[in-house]
Amino acid sequence: MKPSFPAAARVALQDAQLRTNLAAATTTIRRKRAAVIEERPDWEELREAGRAIKARVLRHLDHYLVQFERAVQSAGGTVHWARDAPEAGAIVAAIVDATGAREIVKVKSLTTDEIRLNRTLSAAGIATVETDLAELICQLAGDEPSHILVPAIHKNRFEIRDLFRVELGLPGLSEEPSELTAAARAYLRRKFLEARVAVSGANFAVAETGTLCVVESEGNGRFCTTLPQTLITVLGIEKLVPAPEDLAVFLQLLPRSSTGERMNPYTSLWTGVTPGDGPQDFHVVLLDNGRTRVLADEVGRPTLACIRCSACLNVCPVYSRTGGHAYGSVYPGPIGAILTPQLVGTHAAGSLPFASTLCGACADVCPVKIDIPRVLVHLRARVVREQPGAERFPMRLAAWVLGSPRRLAFAQRAARISRGRVPGLGAWTRTRDLPPMPERSFREWWE
Amino acid sequence: MNARAEILARISGALRDVPASERPEDVEVSRGYRQTEEGPLVARFVERLVDYRTAVERVSPGGLVAAITDACRGRGACRLAVPGDLAGHWRPAGVQLVPELELEVQALDTIDGALTGCALAVAETGTIVLDGGARQGSRLLTLVPDFHLCVVEERQIVGSIPEAMTAIAATLRSTGRPVTLVSGPSATSDIELSRVEGVHGPRTLVVLVTSDAGFSRLAHARSPLDPS
Amino acid sequence: MRVALFVTCLNDTFFPATGIAVVRVLERLGHTVDFPTGQTCCGQMHFNAGYQPEAVGLARAFVSVFADAETVVTPSASCAAMVREHFSYLADQSGDGQLASDVAALVPRMFELTELLDRLGVEDLGASYPHRVTYHPTCHALRLLRVGPIPERLLRAVSGLELVELGGAEECCGFGGTFAVKNADTSNAILDDKLAAIARTGAEVVTALDNSCLMHIGGALSRRGASARPLHLAEILAS
Repeated sequence: MKPSFPAAARVALQDAQLRTNLAAATTTIRRKRAAVIEERPDWEELREAGRAIKARVLRHLDHYLVQFERAVQSAGGTVHWARDAPEAGAIVAAIVDATGAREIVKVKSLTTDEIRLNRTLSAAGIATVETDLAELICQLAGDEPSHILVPAIHKNRFEIRDLFRVELGLPGLSEEPSELTAAARAYLRRKFLEARVAVSGANFAVAETGTLCVVESEGNGRFCTTLPQTLITVLGIEKLVPAPEDLAVFLQLLPRSSTGERMNPYTSLWTGVTPGDGPQDFHVVLLDNGRTRVLADEVGRPTLACIRCSACLNVCPVYSRTGGHAYGSVYPGPIGAILTPQLVGTHAAGSLPFASTLCGACADVCPVKIDIPRVLVHLRARVVREQPGAERFPMRLAAWVLGSPRRLAFAQRAARISRGRVPGLGAWTRTRDLPPMPERSFREWWE
Repeated sequence: MNARAEILARISGALRDVPASERPEDVEVSRGYRQTEEGPLVARFVERLVDYRTAVERVSPGGLVAAITDACRGRGACRLAVPGDLAGHWRPAGVQLVPELELEVQALDTIDGALTGCALAVAETGTIVLDGGARQGSRLLTLVPDFHLCVVEERQIVGSIPEAMTAIAATLRSTGRPVTLVSGPSATSDIELSRVEGVHGPRTLVVLVTSDAGFSRLAHARSPLDPS
Repeated sequence: MRVALFVTCLNDTFFPATGIAVVRVLERLGHTVDFPTGQTCCGQMHFNAGYQPEAVGLARAFVSVFADAETVVTPSASCAAMVREHFSYLADQSGDGQLASDVAALVPRMFELTELLDRLGVEDLGASYPHRVTYHPTCHALRLLRVGPIPERLLRAVSGLELVELGGAEECCGFGGTFAVKNADTSNAILDDKLAAIARTGAEVVTALDNSCLMHIGGALSRRGASARPLHLAEILAS
């Protein structure tokens, strides 16, 4: 059972290196994002279009999925449907198995992390090579990623140098980021050239044409989706957009929101199979894994609009101090606090909706206008209903007292007599004084 | 019930609040965002490339071949892979142009670079669009070699991403070919947020912009923004 | 003009001086202040903590108490936001059509103090407060009510007041209601940075539109023996 957020956060907050790295990372990306967004006087119009396009897709998801499936099949691809993580993993393993390959290359994909694909493949005797630099670092170190966008933010250059010296067999390697990157390039190039099977996710998928879209910076996505004979793309069912023109909206929203760039270095679009160019064996695995449950909740449904930009992480006062591991989930930060409890159930992630001050900074930056605080409060109500705790009695008592001016006045007098000592506030008074009790309440003054 | 039927059933159940009579197009999408980009497109395109630290030069039609020669000499490049339809188009001094179809992937890995045109380019974001059409070759050609020299004709430059997507959409609908949008060389900031340029794709991207590269005189397969 | 004051349960109990300040400010401007004694709480704490049925009950009582008021003012951005942004959601979720229409009637009449002063076209209240002050824009004021530059405009018009800009002002103070207790470690980590920013201004007073956040900030300031102290903006305007 994973530790609750408060417990995990307490540990994370003590890691000074992590806090420094996070502060630097989030501050830098925030500044860059603000600069490129200021350039766009139509930013709010873009956000509204993004929100509306996703709303349209979600309201007619079955229609768009069937359209997508047909388009992929016409283009020579194969479409599989997976109800949950184990089913998705089994499908991928079976496809890989059929090719006879014992090793695959992988593009970073949160969706594949969500279904624990690497573990499933490993159990089936298939090795996965992560090809995103940060994912490679985490994989070699046996770590979990801690940020959607910069997953190895918790590692410094010296740690990475030491890791590469051992795992890549390069004893003389320096800690210069350019040298570390070059070492990774050489190592991975051999893997790319030998790979027969690749697994990817996708940022977007166009229903009308059956086209998949991967947005990246390093080029490993291009290698994985071009060189191997077999390509398998695991796609959350919510990733669809209706038509190719709609990509224009998201290709403007995503790079500016995530890395603070006008455009990311490489965006790849492919449809099924193209004779003579790229993989000749293409599979899409459509993944539910709780998404239909989110879809069914009208208040929670907009959560599925998320384009995984991580802008909310970078402005969150909580995430920027605790980092991703404290959330105990593949999706951290504000979006994780609403997506994970809805995907896995609030009984399994009940502390996450409370891991927020409801400051609303996330809602302001979300490129598809998800009202994260609203969904947080909605999920809190669900947790309170399902898992009544010790807090319930004092909260009900407080509501009863506040329900009548007479009772409130009485309670105020009682509090004055007890000199404001209220049980259960130890967590407050450890670091903060309580305000002094005034001689009279306002309503007493008014009389 | 198989997975497909079950998932579709779950979705249908989940969307009970959506009236049966509502069609997808009934959900309003207001597109108030900028569709086109104004201003001097070529200058903006060049400016954006410079921002991405991509070497970019505007050359006259008469100076194009010399510029190609110079770019190669600067890198010590004497063999470049090219798409089949560019094989005889230019003869840069001291540089052999090898049609990509004559090269295995391993050979692409060790060749000095690749020379191509593009499908279109986007001024606002400094993007080059490759769609496997005329003068571009396969995806591997612009991915594996460490040096990519790309010739862009001014008329190929559109202002905005929405304009580019309109053209790309036409390509997707009519040909289903893969499309790659390239905006600068590859990069990573994964190590302590320190930006390193050049990870897996070509570490050197050189763009030559000219008013006329002679493309209209070439026989080729069409792509939507080809001069006819 | 007759203005009904919603003082808030927090101010009523712990910060009556803020309520008194609102009365003084409005009376100074020639308005009449009512205090409907049936008022208690807007239900924000329960709503945010996930106790929606309880919050609905408090919302019903609220709209009933203020049903006849032409204008309602409150010295709490978070309570004003609760009424204006969340009451209608609560009504929808509870399926209470009567509440929904009562809320719709109330929302256009509900204002946070500085919003009301701005609407009245007031900038200079004839206040005098010769101290160095820094202003913390609380999250509800900043992002839900979007009061923008109004509070600082009012502060600049106060005679003798030296307004110093707070670095990283838009960052949350870490209070977040029950978050301050349930996630005390993270709350304190966020608060540390806010306190450091306040210290860098050298201000004697940190002011804001919400005593809830000021209570959290001030509680730490006094525990650390810092020289800065909290004071609600209304009390500065009433000086």
